Amino acid sequence: MLAGSLCWADEAKPMAADPVLEARMMAMAEELRCLVCQNQSLADSHSGLAIDLRQEMREMMAKGKSDKEVMDFMVARYGDFVRYRPPFKVNTAFLWMGPFVLLLIALFVLYRFFRKPRQENPS
Amino acid sequence: MNKKYLIPILIFVPLVLLLGAGLKHDPREVPSPLIGKPAPAFTLSRLDDPTRHFSPADLRGKPWLLSVWASWCGSCREEHPLLVDLAQRSDVTLVGLDYKDERADAQNWLRQFGNPYLLSVSDPDGRVGIDYGVYGVPETYVIDRTGVIRYKHIGPVSPDDIDKKLLPLLHSL
Repeated sequence: MLAGSLCWADEAKPMAADPVLEARMMAMAEELRCLVCQNQSLADSHSGLAIDLRQEMREMMAKGKSDKEVMDFMVARYGDFVRYRPPFKVNTAFLWMGPFVLLLIALFVLYRFFRKPRQENPS
Repeated sequence: MNKKYLIPILIFVPLVLLLGAGLKHDPREVPSPLIGKPAPAFTLSRLDDPTRHFSPADLRGKPWLLSVWASWCGSCREEHPLLVDLAQRSDVTLVGLDYKDERADAQNWLRQFGNPYLLSVSDPDGRVGIDYGVYGVPETYVIDRTGVIRYKHIGPVSPDDIDKKLLPLLHSL
């Protein structure tokens, strides 16, 4: 597997490009995950794959592809995990709602616990 | 047993089983969305002869393994003897995708460590790798006789991976 140490290797500056396009590409890159350094976005990572994918995105946008087309391109190849923010779908509903549901359950249990005085069992 | 212990146990035991099953997964593995989809088309020049080319369509009619490797990849050296052995003892067709590599380095590597591949193709800028969702070499794809990707193995293959997953799958296709 590609070594994790590549995440911090230095990258050569890209050739002079359209700054508006570059900003749009980097904004999208912040929404994508680096598959090599999985806790970094594609914008932050210096890994070889991140550099390649940013270049791919740059070229797609220069050819006139929309943001949606670029996102679909990435997800088609790497799956939903490439989205830095997990999409809200049936199979991620638990991921998104789980913490709130658990919190509600915990609050309910606390409510019940404090509301009723505790009954001593006859020994 | 006192009834008040029942509810916590009914919550705790399934939770432990669920979390235990979760621990068995490698959190770094990214499942491929290409399983069940046609292997992305490409035409790349061959490593042994740059004037000749190969496309996945060339192998329609029989199942085969696409093995993504590179001469700079340490883990590839781990699995390579197993692939060489597999090529020798079976009739499995292996095609190599030489990923982001220098031709000369790649050819030397095969000369030094053995060549299990029917042929290898050069993907010097990794563009075909991107189409296949490659994020870490080595990766191995099982492609069926109609050209559909049926399985992807991430990381070096072990003898168990070959004998218990890849070979049975290839024979069933």
